[in-house]
Amino acid sequence: MQSGSVGIVTSQTMRFEEPLELASGAHIAGYDLRYETYGTLNAARDNAVLICHALNASHHVAGRTPGRPDDVGWWDNMIGPGRPVDTRRFFVVGVNNLGSCFGSTGPMSIDPASGRPYGAAFPVVTVEDWVNAQARLADRLGIERFAAVMGGSLGAMQALSWTIQYPQRIGHCVAIAITPRLTAQNIAFNDVARAAIVSDPDFHGGDYYSWGVVPKRGLRVARMIGHITYLSDDVMAEKFGRSLRTPDYAFGYGVEFEVESYLRYQGDKFSEYFDANTYLLITRALDYFDPAHATRGDLVRALAPASAHFLVVSFTTDWRFAPARTREIVEALVVNGREVVYAEIDAPHGHDAFLLDDPRYHRLVSAYFDNISAEASR
Amino acid sequence: MSADASSPSAPLPGLRDDLRQIAAWIADGARVLDLGCGDGALMAYLRDSRAARVYGVEIADDSILQCVRRCLSVIQADLESGLRMFPDRMFDTVVLSQTLQAMHQTEAVLREMARVGRQGIVSFPNFGHWRHLLSLLGGRMPVSPQMPYQWYDTPNVHLCTPRDFEILASRLGLVITGRALLANGRPVNTLPGLRSKLAVYRFEPR
Repeated sequence: MQSGSVGIVTSQTMRFEEPLELASGAHIAGYDLRYETYGTLNAARDNAVLICHALNASHHVAGRTPGRPDDVGWWDNMIGPGRPVDTRRFFVVGVNNLGSCFGSTGPMSIDPASGRPYGAAFPVVTVEDWVNAQARLADRLGIERFAAVMGGSLGAMQALSWTIQYPQRIGHCVAIAITPRLTAQNIAFNDVARAAIVSDPDFHGGDYYSWGVVPKRGLRVARMIGHITYLSDDVMAEKFGRSLRTPDYAFGYGVEFEVESYLRYQGDKFSEYFDANTYLLITRALDYFDPAHATRGDLVRALAPASAHFLVVSFTTDWRFAPARTREIVEALVVNGREVVYAEIDAPHGHDAFLLDDPRYHRLVSAYFDNISAEASR
Repeated sequence: MSADASSPSAPLPGLRDDLRQIAAWIADGARVLDLGCGDGALMAYLRDSRAARVYGVEIADDSILQCVRRCLSVIQADLESGLRMFPDRMFDTVVLSQTLQAMHQTEAVLREMARVGRQGIVSFPNFGHWRHLLSLLGGRMPVSPQMPYQWYDTPNVHLCTPRDFEILASRLGLVITGRALLANGRPVNTLPGLRSKLAVYRFEPR
């Protein structure tokens, strides 16, 4: 089978005027959601797949942006004609979440109440809020029920939340590299990242837009910390080891080790395009995610409303969202009698493995989506 | 103990001999856990013909993929540690087919089966088959269709005879409720300890 890219894709914006009530009790008066679609919604409208993004990604899931051939979608190896999520069979929707910084309404957007960017005034949103906003987008696109909702990491949390919030509107939940809740260690990493941002003198309490500056130093450190947690110890050892960029120790504090250079490069790149307030907001959404919060820690009861079928995948070297955490979800699904496939892929790459092209992983997702398309009518 | 080697009611084309016997002991609509489920042949049969609700546990990537292709629920885990995730008495039947002899923690696995299931079913090759004994008399470790490995590459670390199993079951407090000693798919009634190639047992916790 020929496999390829969906090609050039133009993103679109959907405007919502009706206010969205948030988990915090606040609400957003009106908002935009930026999204992309690939493939064609069939006549029965039962071949739609929603892809939810993780921390720093966006609606640009597959294909290339017009005029920017290097701007390839973040899950391009997964989605396209002949790829595991085959756009010749599925109508795939990628959406930028509320509070993000790639075209959907977020802290950078103008607050109609003040006429200035929201900044610190942008309300904290949760995974559940995102799912509610995504459901409204589905309404407007004429999708009553998704054949599948899929995501990795924070994206997988949204897919899982769909099964609880809208059990009738999701056929399959494909949750990759997921945890049912962050551990204290996970939250601690997020807190260090946020501390780096808010202690940057350019942060100005979140209202840096009006000062014409960006808290780049904080963002950079935040990204460096995050990046360490996405990789495994082994992969870092293999990629960098103790290699030096300098001929020998320089007995100073500049960039000497390759790993330092790599992290700084990643941090610099990130601080050029990502919004600091969005980083705060999204890491907080991660911290708060805990479907069992409402059921006093009982995940079985939390997942009881779900009626979807599940594909759950973890990676052996993922220490950020370790397989043992993922198994808690699988266990709760089995106790609830749900259909579930759980695979633990022996991959060296750590948390980031969900984005990489591992043949065992991709074959499995392919086979799973073959089953989904056999269910959907043509 | 009854030697009720009841024949499967319907022909099961392509299903391995021990799996036919196992299927015969599983009630319609039962909740079944198949440990070391392989390509999911038994699970697919039980789902399609018995309306059973089946989960498999399997370690091999390829087998997981085959189970997905059959639209089965399967969990990738190591049996020796992977049963912890299941609560007590969650299943009507827990199956361990042709895998017991490869387990390191034999007793622990049997105890876990008795914990998560109302009944357990195991099948294993009979090490006491006369051809195996003949081979040993000739000074060689036995190699046979049901044990097709050389001594140096076998995954079978805990081979046993039917009597061996019965003694262990009794020691673990398991009550044997069914026994089928098979050769070429048929029950062996005369000298089964020597003439059967496959043993299939059904048991319940006491």
